[in-house]
Amino acid sequence: MLEYKPNMVLSTQEYKVVGTRPIRPDGADKVTGKASYAADINLPGMIFGKILRSPHAHARIKKLDTSKAEAFPGVRAVITSADLQAPAGRASDLTEGAMVNYKFLSNNVMATDKALYKGHAIAAVAAASAHVAEQALALIEVEYEVLPPVLNAKDAMKADSPLVHERLAAMTTASIRAGGILDDDDPTPGTNTANHFEFRLGDLEQGFKDAEVIVEKETSTVAVHQGYIEPHSGTAQWHEDGSLTIWSSSQGHFTVRDYTARLLGVPVSKVKAIPMEIGGGFGAKLTMYSEPVAGALARKAGAPVKVTMSRTEVFEATGPTSGTNIRVKLGATKAGKLTAAEATLIFEAGAFPGSPVPGGAQCIMGAYDIPNAYIEGYDVVVNRPKTSAYRAPGSPAAAFCIETAIDELAEKLGMDPIDFRLMNSAKEGTRRVTGPLMPKVGFIEVLEAAKAHPHYNAPLEGKYRGRGVASGFWGNNSGPSSAIALVMPDGTVSLTEGSPDIGGSRAAISQQFAEVLGIPFEDVHPKVGDTDSIGFTSNTGGSGVAFKTGIAAITAAESIRQQMIQRAAKIWDVEAGDVEYEDGVVQHKSDPELKLTFKQLAARQVPTGGPIVGSAGVNPPGAGPALATHMVDLEVDVDTGKVTILRFTALQDAGKAIHPSYVEGQIQGGVVQGIGWALNEEYYVSEQGQMMNSSFLDYRMPVSLDLPMIDTVIVEVANPSHPYGVRGVGEVCIVPPMAAISNALYNAIGVRLNSLPMNPGVILEALWKKNGSK
Amino acid sequence: MAEVWIPPQMQNVTGGQGKVLVDGSTVRQLVNNLEKQYPGLKLMLYDEEEDDIMPGLAVIVDGEASQLGLLERVSDASEVHFLPAIGGGG
Repeated sequence: MLEYKPNMVLSTQEYKVVGTRPIRPDGADKVTGKASYAADINLPGMIFGKILRSPHAHARIKKLDTSKAEAFPGVRAVITSADLQAPAGRASDLTEGAMVNYKFLSNNVMATDKALYKGHAIAAVAAASAHVAEQALALIEVEYEVLPPVLNAKDAMKADSPLVHERLAAMTTASIRAGGILDDDDPTPGTNTANHFEFRLGDLEQGFKDAEVIVEKETSTVAVHQGYIEPHSGTAQWHEDGSLTIWSSSQGHFTVRDYTARLLGVPVSKVKAIPMEIGGGFGAKLTMYSEPVAGALARKAGAPVKVTMSRTEVFEATGPTSGTNIRVKLGATKAGKLTAAEATLIFEAGAFPGSPVPGGAQCIMGAYDIPNAYIEGYDVVVNRPKTSAYRAPGSPAAAFCIETAIDELAEKLGMDPIDFRLMNSAKEGTRRVTGPLMPKVGFIEVLEAAKAHPHYNAPLEGKYRGRGVASGFWGNNSGPSSAIALVMPDGTVSLTEGSPDIGGSRAAISQQFAEVLGIPFEDVHPKVGDTDSIGFTSNTGGSGVAFKTGIAAITAAESIRQQMIQRAAKIWDVEAGDVEYEDGVVQHKSDPELKLTFKQLAARQVPTGGPIVGSAGVNPPGAGPALATHMVDLEVDVDTGKVTILRFTALQDAGKAIHPSYVEGQIQGGVVQGIGWALNEEYYVSEQGQMMNSSFLDYRMPVSLDLPMIDTVIVEVANPSHPYGVRGVGEVCIVPPMAAISNALYNAIGVRLNSLPMNPGVILEALWKKNGSK
Repeated sequence: MAEVWIPPQMQNVTGGQGKVLVDGSTVRQLVNNLEKQYPGLKLMLYDEEEDDIMPGLAVIVDGEASQLGLLERVSDASEVHFLPAIGGGG
């Protein structure tokens, strides 16, 4: 058994800077209130934008008259969808890679012929003050033809369902090119099913014939919000040369640039997006809402415009995650070997195609070695806000289903649930159900650490107490990234990188840079560059920043190391091949008298050949999947249905934790969000599609008083595709909690709960049903 | 020849075959040669307007999601998959 320590790190390789816990460079400004977030920007002559939103979940806009609002004193501009571009309804690539359907994006930013969800933007006003703008909104006359809404995927898939988009094209493709608009002459009937796709491996029928024990399960989840503390805000200012500057907080300012440019009909070179500090995103700030509205208002008003959402607007009009229905069937031998599995995943996309069902489908069996399997996914539009990414998009709901089914299967087999997972765990070379072979992963090491952890071996005594275990898989992403390093004359380095910092990445990138050059962490001064100052960098998402931007920084540092060697060789009049660089010191390989420190060389850089600048633009493959196992102890108050989390331990393969404290923070944050998703959080929506709990008072997220210490164990199985072994850590931590808690609840009260949230009312209902009373 | 795994949705074009052997030293060549063997496949894999892999589709070469798409090098021993691209969340 492991000797207990809180927040263990099971390291396999140590470095000088990588793996240490320095103070984050941006920390002091953040805790003293000096850091500038999106809504903190104020410009001379700036005015304020407000958005009129649909009171109906589904309605045709028959008339939209803004004339009274335009005439209202203090109003400087009013815009509708007519002030945005009307792009084609096909998916296309953004500049430099990502995919978007601009028609849907534009229609989500501002409704055209129909309002597709409660809160859908209809028009916007810019005025001298926010209050005047709000008064003017009330003067906009909208005549709606209210239509019946369809609010969940199962209803939306019925033949007689109202259609969210009359001309949506159904896709049956391997891609997530979900939906599109039918050509005018295409007689194909419309649908709400935007996409259907499948994966097959082996012989499913034979696999189930070989099974001696079978478990079938169906689960459902409802929409939950990412719950970031900072509402969306965008500020736009046009310049005399026709260029536009945007200030906002996002997970990708290049996406802000590209989306805004396309929706406003200007070249990307005319738009500069400046990344402000971000108060949380968790995936939802990968897209944008306010920036093009601010841009269109500012263009019309001839003044800078700031558009900041209220909390209610964030809930009603930005992307929550999908509500889901998932069914799995698992078969295993009596010895505990999985022989077959099948899964059907139905995800609500919200008002426009593009739910995270591809992620859910590719992750649902990702942790396991299953020889015969079938997975299918459906992406379905409904009259709800367009969903957006939320930490490991698609995987948490998928894990809720399969990990509770695995618990049930292990119970039927009389096996320890960790032993069952060990017997079936994916490892390097495992054929994944989606096809490719699994690269090197640390699932076995995580499971072994879980089994040896004192928590798993501690007695759990008391009535209505239970322990649950669950695992999770997330693939992690990479993408293009950039870094530029300037050596300062005092021997410090100004490091500009392209990834917005949403979780301590400035520190993690600086550590990797400092490690290469053997200089102190404190001598590296990182900043996030705007879109005119740094090369294209893909979004901060997919847990990819420490990997891809780390490699960009490493590459830039290696360039500086080579330049330092050449400068020293020039000073000593020797061949560069006779000079080496180690631990921040350049020295001659055979003459110990010839030695210069990084700082000494930095001071002599200009006369020895000019400034030393290292830069890199990379697009590295091999992000490396992440796997996690969580265990939770809880207690149920059978009189009230309240669940108290007694103890929670989260184990995760981090590859190499560059900054263990921030990895622990990511894990703890993911677990806390998972606990909220499991026990309380939900969009409580009326039959008319109105969200009834659109404030943090009514939308119940866990706070510190609800939680015990979230204990972490970082398991390090190095990713061979990264110089220090990094694999993404920020997402897989939200995958197991819901299933772990459901499994623990079963052990506590003897009822398997298959829907989220498992709130007190649901638990009481289950207990009453079990006990035959009410 | 590289082994290309055909997504289930496209197997109607390959006569139900899930795996096919294709000549080529880049993904672009594989796609072009796939079209010669199985007319109609290219339309599903290739976006002519963008001269790229179809938006939302990822190409996996030897277990790694390619960052180069059509330009990715492949060998005779390579295994190539076309899968839905997955967006990350944070």
